[in-house]
Formats: sequence, structure tokens, C-alpha cells
Amino acid sequence: MTPTNPPPIRGFVIDRQDGSPQLPGSLHTNRRLAQWLDLSQPGQVQVFIGKVELGQGILTALQLIVAEELDVPWSAVRMHSANTAHGPDEGVTSGSLSVQDSGGALRQACAEVRAMALQLAAELSGHERVSISVREGVFYTAQGAELGHYASLLQGVDLDIECPLAAQPKAPQDRRLMGQARPPRLDLADKVFGHARFISDLRLPGMLHGRVLRPPTMDATLAHWPAEAVTSLGDGVQIWRDGRFVAVLAPGERQADAACAKLAAQLRWQAGSPLPDQHDLDGFLQHAPHQTTVTAERGQALDDWPSDGLQHSAVYLKPYLAHASIGTSCAVALWDGQQLQVWSHSQGIHNLRDDLVKALAAEPVPVTKEQIVLRHVESAGCYGHNGADDVAFDAVLMALRCPGQPVRVLWSRADELTHSPFAAAHRVALRARVDEQGRISHWQHALWANGYSTRPGRAAAPALLAATQRELATAMPIPVNPPLAAGGGAERNAVPAYQVPNLQVLNHRLLVMPLRTSAMRALGAFANVFAIESFVDELASKCGQDPLAFRKQHLDDSRALAVLEKVTSQSSWWGQKEPEGVGQGLAWARYKNSGAWCAAIARVQVSDQVRVLQIDLAVDVGMVVDLDGVINQMEGGAVQATSWAIKEQVSFDAQGVTSNDWVTYPLLRFSEVPEVRVHVIDRPDQAPLGAGEAAHGPVVGALGNAVCQALGVRVRELPLSPDNLLRAVHAADAP
Amino acid sequence: MTSPMFHVNQQAVRFAGDPQANLLSVLRGELGLSGPKFGCGQGECGACTVLVDGRPQTSCNLPVWSVEGSQVTTLEGLGTPEVPHALQTAFIEERAAQCGYCVSGILTAASALLAANPSPSLQDIAQALDKHLCRCGAHNRMLRAIEKAAQQLAKTA
Repeated sequence: MTPTNPPPIRGFVIDRQDGSPQLPGSLHTNRRLAQWLDLSQPGQVQVFIGKVELGQGILTALQLIVAEELDVPWSAVRMHSANTAHGPDEGVTSGSLSVQDSGGALRQACAEVRAMALQLAAELSGHERVSISVREGVFYTAQGAELGHYASLLQGVDLDIECPLAAQPKAPQDRRLMGQARPPRLDLADKVFGHARFISDLRLPGMLHGRVLRPPTMDATLAHWPAEAVTSLGDGVQIWRDGRFVAVLAPGERQADAACAKLAAQLRWQAGSPLPDQHDLDGFLQHAPHQTTVTAERGQALDDWPSDGLQHSAVYLKPYLAHASIGTSCAVALWDGQQLQVWSHSQGIHNLRDDLVKALAAEPVPVTKEQIVLRHVESAGCYGHNGADDVAFDAVLMALRCPGQPVRVLWSRADELTHSPFAAAHRVALRARVDEQGRISHWQHALWANGYSTRPGRAAAPALLAATQRELATAMPIPVNPPLAAGGGAERNAVPAYQVPNLQVLNHRLLVMPLRTSAMRALGAFANVFAIESFVDELASKCGQDPLAFRKQHLDDSRALAVLEKVTSQSSWWGQKEPEGVGQGLAWARYKNSGAWCAAIARVQVSDQVRVLQIDLAVDVGMVVDLDGVINQMEGGAVQATSWAIKEQVSFDAQGVTSNDWVTYPLLRFSEVPEVRVHVIDRPDQAPLGAGEAAHGPVVGALGNAVCQALGVRVRELPLSPDNLLRAVHAADAP
Repeated sequence: MTSPMFHVNQQAVRFAGDPQANLLSVLRGELGLSGPKFGCGQGECGACTVLVDGRPQTSCNLPVWSVEGSQVTTLEGLGTPEVPHALQTAFIEERAAQCGYCVSGILTAASALLAANPSPSLQDIAQALDKHLCRCGAHNRMLRAIEKAAQQLAKTA
């Protein structure tokens, strides 16, 4: 066993061991106030951030923080999304860290600027600093006389200075917006009126339209290139191949699609190595080459574990899952011979820029980092490392061949569902011993999965799909796991939060990647919490204990107990007697073991399939910034996790992925969505924690437990589909 | 075949290109609209939904010849920031979205529902929207917003 987690790399976690004095959030690595704020225009606050809007409402939450700390109207705050040309570099928008990293930085930066303006107002007016107040961006004396506003007071003051760390953000009792205000989502008006706001709405003059035809698997090759097709695809249509990368470029979008369809019918791909058997993921995961690390260990050595007492073991399985965004990946690129401009919905534009440089290093004239400007533009919901970065490189490759002409590349639905990275298939084997007092004394958690990250900017080779398909290809990096300090990847939430004296957690990271995998919402927490919270219910049942009471006995975390108490005590249905076929279940987790606490209860009806009736959640995200934003994330997390849990799995045969449309990769529909209630515990004196990924683990855990109660049989393989229910029932019936 | 003539958001349009072209590509391409979205190209997700003579239809798999003589309404035709449709107001007030990509098709379909059934139950709404996919899980918010818009419209009717 060897340590395999890489050293800190940008974008996983803020590097705080760089010798600089500690500053809050991303201020630590972007230390100048002017990187974040521009108050030079009266009545306006320009805010530059390195995080991006993915649909989670982060722009609105950060706008609220700025309005709070500066005491300006929220409508005066203009948010500018990540851009490599200006503003902070905050790595990747991931891990539910934006409110901590970006929000923490903005709170401090705004507090500094406010203090500076207050000081100037005091000096200019001769009034005591403490007697001056700020309302709507205007400074007043105690008698109500105006002393100026931010722009006038700060005129001539250089904000291009390192944050002095001289001011304190507002104390809880001084806040008037955080946790209370509900400003309109600042992106929503454009979206409900159909204004151009998404990247697919970006139209530049003379823009060409590109499409890519891709090999069906990671190592399939092009067996037949129909040279004769070139002349018959229509006016102005260009096609070319570069190794296994096949590009189609046309003046119009319909022409591009038609040419693409025509060419696709004539291409023949030579199958590469066969994909594993979709119906034996358990065998594949166990037997694939892997590297083993010990994530956690305490108490007795494994060989000394006693064989008496109540012994129990079980295996849980999660299939490959797809991001399945409703919009497909899209990018626009423009190369003018000097500068390469790229518009992208990547979660990490700085990381993407680094990989573009790597991927273009072997070009006759390499493009340097300084020549590239990357701008983030919103797209359809993003839940992790999807095709956004890949399509940006597709567009760049095409743009480099057409200097002066912008190129827009849009993936098809099939591309999106088959070529975007997936969330890894994941196997968990749990084993525990309960002593005579009914206490868990020993616990082993072993997991088998690919690493959960092949995000760009982190490996020596670029993690861009086309770079692995061109003539001068580099291999796609095998996924790694983020360091434990950043919450880990496959091992995220694998260390149980229960008090267990003897513990071992093993991570078997796969060294092969037949299906491309990377980061997707909650990473390993979805599978690990499903396994742990199912297993705890199984142990409770074997001990004849109530699941909630059994959990409480093994917990000394007051915030965990508080969410459990909240969700069960506030529920109108928890604990009620249910008709046959209806079951209730409970689960909880603290996301990453360092983030938000969430407890979930679910109520399901099981016939030949699972119908989820109700989900109640309680969440503790520390200091609440945008209350409705937290609720929205929790509701959405519950619904998405329900969809993953009962419906979703990537299907494939030996030659490729077969779930390539909405029929073969179904999502939860309106008529299937459960009622969701969310209780938020606000702790204004605590650090804020992200809400984006907190619900997924607890919800799938609660659903698994509710299905078990309704069915009378434990289903340990996801999804909780008719097939898997039936298999579990048959296995239970077997002699 | 002659060039199909039809109306989009009450403006007369003649499309001189290939009559087999899908309506979505004409709305987004030649007409430069951003409301209807491309999601799948197969009529399976509802992101491209528009009204054809008041009925919701996916425009990505609808040949433009088939709307000859019809009234096509896109999200832009429902209302504007100055004169919003009650549904648009309700979606903003209820923050009934996460990413908002599916919202265009859903608002358009919901407007047809409310025109036909001014006081739908939550089940009626869910039924009417069942062809529409939302990946962020904003379903319940959208149901509430549509219910609220229906109540609002009933008050002002």
C-alpha cells in the first residue's frame, strides 16, 4: 500500500502553506483589493469573482454578501463572472466551496473598503468615526448630514493594494440581509424573458458552426475515411481528420448537422478493447488493476479483530452515472493570429487555459498562456466535470484553422450522454462487529472505484478529449482523487462519523479507465453514504434497535444530532403507521466530514417500482447567506439524488455506451417528483458552508432504508430499479 | 414547394430555405431568437417547446413546412420585462429555476395549460409538464410558481 494522493494542485483547495499571512477565502491567493472590487463609479460596485454561475445561484449569494458588508443596495452591485483577463483566479467552482472561498474573500475585501471609506469620511468631516453610518452606499453623520458616497470618498485611493486585514466583517447582530433577504436571482429575468444569456445564445458576426464525430470508445480507431465524402457535403463545408478526431465546419448550423450526419454514415470505426460487462460491475471493480491506500485506521490491527459478538458484512454497488445536463456542451473560439479568445462554460477557466497551452505545445507555432483569454459564459446546469472543457478545445482546434473567424461548436445529445466524463461506478464492502452492549466496536469500509477527478489543469498531460484523439495524441490521465484535505474523491465520506473505536477504511483506486470518469456532484459521498447509512440500519435491525436511537448512541456531534432531531420532530408523517407497501427511511451525513450537516427522511411506495412520495431535509450550513438559495439547492439536490437513486445508470455493451438519449437514460419526471420540505438551521456566528452537495448522500441513504422497510428486503445495488428490486427479492428468497 | 409563410410572435415570416429545416433552427438561426433552446434534437426533453396555434410542440423535430399559415409563439412572445406574462412574474418571484435552461419550454407549455385550464391542480400541472425534463430538480418550485400565476390571472380576469 502506498500513498497515492497527489500534492496540493490548484483548484482542489486553497494552498495556505505558501508562507503568506493568512487571509480569508480566496483572498489568500488573490490578495489585492482591486482584483475583487471597483467602486470608482458613483452608485455602482463592480465585483469580480473567479467562481462561476452553474445554476446554483452563486452570483446572487455573493451579490448579497457585498450589499451586506458595504451597505449598498443590492441592485448597485454588478457581478462579473470568471475571466482570465481580470479578476481573481479561484481555480475551479466545485466542492461546495464558493460561499466559503469567494464569499469569505468578498466579506473581508468589502469590510476593508468600507472601513477605509469610513475613516476618510471621519477625517474629512471631523466627526467621530463611530458616529458615522452608511445607508444605501451613502455616509451620514449622527445628525443625518451626508458626507459622501463610496466613489466620492475613495476618489484617488488606490485599491490595488494587498488586503491590510485591518477590518472586521459585520457581526451577526449588525447584519440586515444575510439569512433574511430574498433578492431576485440576478440571472433569472434574462432566462424567463428569453434574452441571450447562455453560451449557446452567443452569436458573433461571421461565426462558423463546428461539429465533431468521435470514436465510440476511448481507444477505438478510424477504420475507414471516405475521401469522396469531402466534395459532396455542401457549399462551404470543411471536414478534416486529425488522427481519430473528425471535424466538420460549416457556415450554418443546419449545414453542419447535415454534413455531420452524412459523414457519420460513411465513417467506420474499429472497435478498441471491449468495455467491461455492465451486468457484472461488481466483478469488474473487484478485479480491475487497482492501487490501495489506507484512508483511515485506528484501534486494533485488523488481524486482531475479535470473531465474537454480532458480526455483519454487506456489499453495495453504484453504477456509472451521467451528468445529463439539459443543454449540450458548447464553446466559441476566435483566433486572430495573435490572440485566442475562448468563451466557455468550464467550471475552471484558468485550469482549462493551462490545458489548452499543454495541448497546443506541439503545434508548429504553439499558443502561449498570455495569448489566451478565456471568459466564462453560463450554460445549462452543471454538476461537475462535463464536456465543457472538451468542447472548448474542439472549438479552439477549429478556430486555429480559420484565423479571423469565430467558431462555435455544439455537442449533440448523444455526444453529451456518451462522451462527457461519467461519475465512477463504485463498490463498497462493509463489515462490522457489535459488542454485547449494542455498541459498534469494529468497522471496516473498503471501496473500489476510479478516482473522481480528471479535471483539466491538474495532470502533466491535458485532460481534453480531442487531445487524446489527434494524430499526436497524449493519453487521457487516469483519474486521481482530490486530497483528503479537500474532502477526498472516491473516499469522500467513507470515514464514518460514528464513534467506532476500531476502524479501517481502504480505498482501492482503479488504474484502468474503460469508461471515462471524473468529478460529478458529491463525488464518492453518494455511494459511501448510501452504503454506510444502509449498513447502520441493518445493524440497528440486527440489534433490535430503532434506527434513529441507534445512530444517536454512536454520535457525539451536536450539530449532527440537531439536524436529526429537526428533521424527525418537524415532520408531519415521520413515525406514522403506514399501509403495506409504504416505507420510511432515515439517513444523514456531514458532507466531506467537514462541510454542511444534512439529515433526510424519505417516504416511499414500492410496487414493482419505487415511487418516492415525500422527502424532508434538515440542513446546517453554518451562517446562512441566501436562505432561499440554500433551500433551492437542498430541494434540487433531493430531487436529483432521487433521480440518480431510482432511475439512472449508464448502459453500455462491449463496443460503446448505449444510453445515448433520454429514452435510454431517463430522468425523474414532473409526475414522479416527491414533495420536498427543507428545514434550515441558521448559525449566524459560524462559518458559512456550501449547500450544493449536502443532500445527495443522505437522500439516497434514506431512500434505501425506506425501500427496505416497504419491501421487507434490503436492496444494495443502485439504482433502486424494478430489475434490482426483483434481484434482491429473489436473492432473499433463495434457500 | 413554395416558401412557407407563417407568423412568429405575431410577425409575418417567409422562410425561403429548405422547407424540411427544423423550426427550432429557423427560430434560433434566421430569426435570431434565444428563447427556444436546443436540448436533444429529438423532441424528448421539451427545451425547444413553442406554441403552434396555441398548442405546445417541440420545435427541434418539426419541419418548417408544417407550420405554414400558423401562429408560432416563443418564450419571447409570452411577455416582456415591461409587460410580463403572469407566469414570467411568478417564476421570478418564486425563483422557480436553478440553471433556467428548461424554463423556456416549461413556461411556454404552462401558458398553453393556463389558457385551456385556468385553475389547474398541481397534478394537472405536473401532467401537462411531464414531457419536460429539468435536471437541476427545480420541479416543485415551478409547480408552485405556475399555481401562483394561475391564481394571479384569476384575480385579474
